[in-house]
Amino acid sequence: MTSEFRIVEEPKQPLAMNAKKFAMWLFLVSVGMLFAAFSSAYIVRQAEGNWVDFSLPSLFYYTTAIIVLSGISMQWAYFAAKKDEFGKVKTLVGITAVLGIAFLVGQVIGWRQLTESSIYLVGNPSGSFVYILTGLHGAHLIGGIVFLIIVLISAFQMKIHSKNLLQIELCVTYWHFLGGLWIYLFVFLILNR
Amino acid sequence: MAATVTHSPAEVHVHDEHGHDEHAHGNFWTTYIFSEDHKVIAKQFLITGMIWALIGGILSVLFRLQLGFPEANLSWLKPLLGGWLTAEGKIDPEFYLALVTMHGTIMVFFVLTAGLSGTFSNFLIPLQVGARDMASGFMNMLSYWFFFLSSVVMLTSLFISTGPAAGGWTIYPPLSALPQAISGSGLGMTLWLVSMALFIVSSLLGSINYITTVINLRTKGMTFTKLPLTIWAFFFTAIIGILAFPVLFGAALLLIFDRSFGTSFYLSDIYIGGEALPNQGGSPILFQHLFWFLGHPEVYIVLLPALGLSSEIIATNSRKPIFGYKAMVGSMMFIAILSFVVWAHHMFVTGMNPFLGSIFTLLTLIIAVPSAVKIFNYVTTLWKGNLIFTPAMLFSIGLVSFFLTGGITGLFLGNSAVDIQLHDTYFVVAHFHLVMGSASFFGMMAGVYHWFPKMFGRMMDNRLGYIHFWLTFIGVYLVFFPMHYIGIAGFPRRYYTWTTFETFSGFADLNMLVSIAAIITLSAQFIFIFNFVYAIFRGKKAPANPWNSNTLEWTTPRLPGHGNWPGEIPTVYRWPYDYSKPGAKDDFIPQNVPYSETPESNFPFENEQIKLELGNNGAIVVENKKH
Ligand code: HEM
Ligand SMILES: [Cu+2]
Repeated sequence: MTSEFRIVEEPKQPLAMNAKKFAMWLFLVSVGMLFAAFSSAYIVRQAEGNWVDFSLPSLFYYTTAIIVLSGISMQWAYFAAKKDEFGKVKTLVGITAVLGIAFLVGQVIGWRQLTESSIYLVGNPSGSFVYILTGLHGAHLIGGIVFLIIVLISAFQMKIHSKNLLQIELCVTYWHFLGGLWIYLFVFLILNR
Repeated sequence: MAATVTHSPAEVHVHDEHGHDEHAHGNFWTTYIFSEDHKVIAKQFLITGMIWALIGGILSVLFRLQLGFPEANLSWLKPLLGGWLTAEGKIDPEFYLALVTMHGTIMVFFVLTAGLSGTFSNFLIPLQVGARDMASGFMNMLSYWFFFLSSVVMLTSLFISTGPAAGGWTIYPPLSALPQAISGSGLGMTLWLVSMALFIVSSLLGSINYITTVINLRTKGMTFTKLPLTIWAFFFTAIIGILAFPVLFGAALLLIFDRSFGTSFYLSDIYIGGEALPNQGGSPILFQHLFWFLGHPEVYIVLLPALGLSSEIIATNSRKPIFGYKAMVGSMMFIAILSFVVWAHHMFVTGMNPFLGSIFTLLTLIIAVPSAVKIFNYVTTLWKGNLIFTPAMLFSIGLVSFFLTGGITGLFLGNSAVDIQLHDTYFVVAHFHLVMGSASFFGMMAGVYHWFPKMFGRMMDNRLGYIHFWLTFIGVYLVFFPMHYIGIAGFPRRYYTWTTFETFSGFADLNMLVSIAAIITLSAQFIFIFNFVYAIFRGKKAPANPWNSNTLEWTTPRLPGHGNWPGEIPTVYRWPYDYSKPGAKDDFIPQNVPYSETPESNFPFENEQIKLELGNNGAIVVENKKH
């Protein structure tokens, strides 16, 4: 066995981010495309005429406020997790989940208001679109609430702390996305009456 | 940030990182069925795709029998078709439409999307970027099983009493929305939609994984400019998929609501038997917009992986660097972007504003530019190369040929004025079968022949490969070239019979020729299947790098185990196309050979690069090398 000196150049590890976070962002892109498709379908269809006008349920203003609040509590929970304040994390994630459920209930009551003004799922597409857009957003929000409950369970198992933030970070990202998506949809529907 | 330990890639380390060993532990179920290993999943996609290709091919021969031999008595097919034959032994007209529909759906989605991307993205991405596996093995496994479920649902729809979906692979409403329109629009269409929804989930899970792996799991030194063109192609394909498939999902969802919940997104003013349907205010054109916003990108989802595979194969077997690497990447990116702004060229005759038509004509014709760049680069790579005609190489050259002949007819169709005559004729059928169907199919075949040794550790038989190639190549041209004439004459696609029209009866001979060629081409595929299955069990054992290729997958052992490399993952120092480099010892230098080991062949700037790297981060590393 002889020893020999060798000079080897050292290539760097290419830049990379956490794979799960990256995948989450890609997922959000594809959900975004789904709603982009519906938005453009809405505009194209509206431009063709034969479009029944009606006003959006007043309750949607309240649910918008609720989802904004839930975004704040979620962000707060994340800050608490960073500082290892376990009690606060549990309470705030819990509050977010309750606000999320309140939002969903509000949306359903909003649908009731729509039916009271004789706008049904079946009928002119202008009304059907409102049901589809809110319903699909709600379906994604149910997924968000399930995710919140999973985070809550981890919080009770003391698995969320400043050294293990990935799960709650993913959840915060998704929750803010849902909030932003609702605000976008609401503004879109108000502007395109 | 200077690293302290560096390894010469030439030496294989004995010590192993824990967590991945040569042989996956586990029982039959976790190893072969619910495996999370990307190589096993790739093979699952390949085999499922091949079964689908066979089914799709048989369906096409069935309807070619009707077109080529309209007077023939097909009652010998009774055991297969049962009630779908009429009393005179003819194919039932509605079933004819179902056959066309299922053939298109199966070939476009199940074979050339899942079978092609699913196989090669899964197999090659981790191996070529230098990763142990995909970013998420679990998601990858889910992706396959969603595809499997979707396949089961689609297969079931072939056997139900009302028949499978029959509104064409583009499922335009109102035909697809109203069960009264055609019997296939009943349960068959419902199953089609369920199956496609599952398919989209599978495709999105796959795409998210591919992109994440390419971006985040590359080995040391694997910068974007050192990626093989295959990886670039899979990468763009996955991006297109993530952007386009959700739109198809949206379109399908609205259709589901129209069909099952009574909404009117696509339906308006429809009278059946003198009775008006309640649906008011919908627009069938809306569906076409949504569908083709996916549909056109989808054709590139099908084509780009094939182009990537053939780039790699052509460079390897020309023993030459690929000509214009950056132009190849650039044109793929340009094609990917443009593919999202040309969808309305499928809708020129829907009564769109002629001005809008001109804009889409312009955008469509621009796609010819990057396409031409790619063809030019293939040809210049081949030019004066030391060509080695393996079956994979022949199939790649076949791809270039089809891409050219089929692409040229695209220029005719892209003109909104010319398209008025050609739309929905056999000219369109000829166009897309050459440019998409045959080109991608040849890319897939090339990929199977080329990577078979790495997949199964054995060699396929070359002689059978040549016979398979020539029969298929000539067969494909015999099938699709005559269709141009039939199409220009105005013969419409998706017509059950044409003998009743005086104008078209002159084409009986041509149609018969096409049908005979189709039967021969399909039969030739059995040579391939025999070769494939035989080689898995009995083929000659393959060396680790049978084609003297540069990319990382060939640095793995003959049968890469779980984790791909027994030792450390190799580091990458150069691009993948150092073939026949002047001065070099061999006519290929793998990507994991550092410049400092090849002073005889380095270009001045590459010598510079060694110094630069050493100067910049002080990564001069002195290492004990044992002899
Ligand atoms: C030079 C580039 C191309 C141009 C200008 C072009 C243009 C067109 C046009 C205008 C049509 C619509 C014809 C009609 O329905 O009347 C069409 C149909 C089609 N093209 Fe292309 N094309 C090109 C390349 C491709 C490529 C590369 C693929 C696939 C890989 C492809 C796949 C298809 C398919 C599948 C259809 C028919 C879809 C259907 O109606 O069932 N085309 N093409
Ligand atoms: Cu197109």
